[in-house]
Amino acid sequence: MHGRTWMQSLTLAAVLAAGLAGCAKSEPPKAAAPAPAPAAAAKPEPLKIGFIYVGPVADAGWTFAHDLGRKAVEARFGDKVKTTFIESVKEGPDAERVIRDLVAQGNKLIFATSFGFGDSMEKVAKDHPEVLFEHATGYKTAPNLRNYEGRFYENAYLAGVLAGMVTKSNVIGFVGSFPIPEVLRNINAFTLGARSTNPKVKTKVVWISTWVDPPKEAEAAQSLINQGADVLLQNTDSTAVLQTAEKNGKFAFGWDSDMSAFAPKAHLGSCAIIWAPYYLKAVNDVLEKTWKVENTKWGTKEGLTEVVKIPDSVPAAARAKVEEARAFLVANPGAVFRGPIQDNTGKEVLAAGVVGDDKFKGEMGFYVQGVDGKLPAGK
Amino acid sequence: MGAKVNEIALLLAATLAAGTPLALAGLGLLVNERAGVVNLGAEGMMAIAAVTGFAAAFLTGNEWVGFAAGAAAGAAAASIFGWLSLWLYTNQYATGLALSLFGAGFSAFVGSGYVGKNLERSVVAGIPGLRDLPFLGPALFRQHPLVYLAIALMAAIAWFFYRTRSGLVLRSVGESPDSAHALGYPVRRIRMAAVLAGGALCGVSGAYLSIVYAPMWVEGMIAGRGWIALALTVFATWRPARVLLGAYLFGGVTMLQLHLQGMGVQVPLQFMSMLPYLSTVVVLVVISRDPLWIRLNMPASLGKTFHPGS
Repeated sequence: MHGRTWMQSLTLAAVLAAGLAGCAKSEPPKAAAPAPAPAAAAKPEPLKIGFIYVGPVADAGWTFAHDLGRKAVEARFGDKVKTTFIESVKEGPDAERVIRDLVAQGNKLIFATSFGFGDSMEKVAKDHPEVLFEHATGYKTAPNLRNYEGRFYENAYLAGVLAGMVTKSNVIGFVGSFPIPEVLRNINAFTLGARSTNPKVKTKVVWISTWVDPPKEAEAAQSLINQGADVLLQNTDSTAVLQTAEKNGKFAFGWDSDMSAFAPKAHLGSCAIIWAPYYLKAVNDVLEKTWKVENTKWGTKEGLTEVVKIPDSVPAAARAKVEEARAFLVANPGAVFRGPIQDNTGKEVLAAGVVGDDKFKGEMGFYVQGVDGKLPAGK
Repeated sequence: MGAKVNEIALLLAATLAAGTPLALAGLGLLVNERAGVVNLGAEGMMAIAAVTGFAAAFLTGNEWVGFAAGAAAGAAAASIFGWLSLWLYTNQYATGLALSLFGAGFSAFVGSGYVGKNLERSVVAGIPGLRDLPFLGPALFRQHPLVYLAIALMAAIAWFFYRTRSGLVLRSVGESPDSAHALGYPVRRIRMAAVLAGGALCGVSGAYLSIVYAPMWVEGMIAGRGWIALALTVFATWRPARVLLGAYLFGGVTMLQLHLQGMGVQVPLQFMSMLPYLSTVVVLVVISRDPLWIRLNMPASLGKTFHPGS
C-alpha cells in the first residue's frame, strides 16, 4: 500500500487492477542555470545519474532531504549531468526491477537511498560492472558498489542537549520504529545529550514497528505525553509526532528535514540531514574519474548533519550549550559515545576515556543509563 | 497517585479518539452487510476519502467541508462498486478487492501534491460545562465532535435497524433478496443505498484520519484500518453496539500497549503489536460464541449476487 508511481496510478485507474509498470520522472537540467563558461569543444554526453527513493519526494522528511541533494547536483553540474529519480519504491523484489530499469536507461551512477535496497543493489551491481552504485546507510561493497551514511546520532545528541535544558518534567520521549542499532544509537545519543545538561532527565521510549504510519506515530507521541514527557524526538518519517506535541502544548524536534512549518510553537529545531555535500563529492568523483570504493560516514564536521531552525524563543544559555556541544563534535567526530558509559542496568559498556568504535556503534543493543525500561526482546 | 489517575483519564481519552475511525468505518460496513453486500473496498474508499477530505480541508480551511468531501468521495468510490456488483453482477469479493487496490493507487496519484502540506489546526473545545469535571472531563469530554457523532451514529443505526420499517426492509433484503423482490421491494436500489451509506461513512472515517487524527496526508496512511473495520463487523456478529465496542477495544488496547511500553514493561514488540488484534478477536468471539446468535444475526445472503427475475 506504500509506493506507487504516477504512471502506475494511471494504469490502476484505467484497468481497476494493480499494475506493475514503473515509470521514471526525469527533470531536464535547468537551461536557465548559469552554466560555467559554455564549452567551445563538442559537448560530451552528460553523466546520467539515477536516484531511487523509498518514499515520496514531498514527504518532508528522509526522501525530501535526499532530493534536495539531487537538486544541488543539478544546480552545480548543470548540463554535465542528467538526473532521474524514482520515488516510493518498495524495498524488496520491486527495487531490483527499478534499478535494472535505471541501468537500461543508460544511467552510469545510481544512488539507492534506503537500507532495504541493499540486496537488490548488490545483485544488479554484479551484472553491470560498467555502472557505479552507491547505497545509503548500507554496508555491502563491491568493486562498483560503495556506501555512504551520516552520523545521524550526532543530531540526536545535540537535540538531547537542548531537550535537557528545555524539559520541565525531566521526562523526554522517543518514538522509535524498530529496535535496530541505528535507532538505538539515536535514542542513546538523545539521552546522553540530555543528561549532559540535566542529569535528572529520563527518556521514555515507545516502539511502533513501522517507519511511516502517521496515525500510529501520533498515538505513540500522545501516549508519551500522557506519561509526562514534554520534549519528544522520533526517527519515524512523518511530521505527526511534532504536530501531536504542538496540539498538546509540548515540544518536539523535526527529523531528517526542516519541519519547522508544521509546528510553529512546538518546534525546537530540526535534526536535518544535508546530503548535498556528499552527492556533490560523489558526482565529482565520477566526473574526475577518482571514484573508488569507500564507506563514507559523515556528520556534523562535514556538514552532513545539522540541527537547524532552533527558534529564537530558546534561551541564550541553552543555545550556547548546543553550540558548545556542536563545536565538540566538529573537533571530535563521532565522540557522542565516549566512556564512561553505562547501560541502564548499571553495567559499564564503555570504559572511561574510550570512544566507541564502528563495531561498538554498529552492534549497539542496549539502552544507556537514563532510558526507562528494557529493550524489547526479539528484534 | 493523582498523576496515575490523570494518566488513566488520558488513556481513556486516547482510546475514544483511536477507536472512532474504526467505529465510523465499521458502522458503515455494517449497513452494507446488513443489506447483504460485502464491500472489501473499505481500505480503498478510506484512502480516496482521506486524500479528498484533506485536500478540501486544506483548500477551504474548514474541516467540516473536509469531512463532507470525504463522505462524498467515499460514496462515489462505493458507487463504482455498487454499479459493478449490483447491476453488472460481478463478484462482490473480487470487485471489493479491486476497489481497495484501485483506491491505494488512485489516492497516491491524486494526492501527490498534498504530501507534506500543513493543515491549519482547529482547536478542540470539548463539551462546555463538562470538560472541566475532575477525571471525567479530560477522559471523556474534551474530544473532537466526530467522536460523539460516532456514538450517536451507533444509536441511530441500531434504532433504524430494529425500530423502523425501512430498517426491517433493509435487513430483509440482506436475508432473502428474492422474497423482498417478490414483495415488490426494489432490492438493487435498496442495496445501492446501503452501499452508498457505507461508502460515505468509510469516507468520513478516512477524512477523520487525515484531517484530525494524523493530521496529514501520506499515501498508504490508512495502513490496514479498513480491513480491521471489515473484520470488526464479522466478529461483532453484525450488531451495532458490538461494532462500537470492538472499535474502542481495539483503540484501547493499541493505546494501552504503547502506554505499557512507555512505562518500561518488557514484552516482545511483536506481541505488543499483535495485542490489539488478538484481544479484540478474543473478546468479540467470546461474547458472540453462541452459534444460534450468529445464525440469527448474520445476513443470510451476505455476499451473494442477486439476479432479479431469476
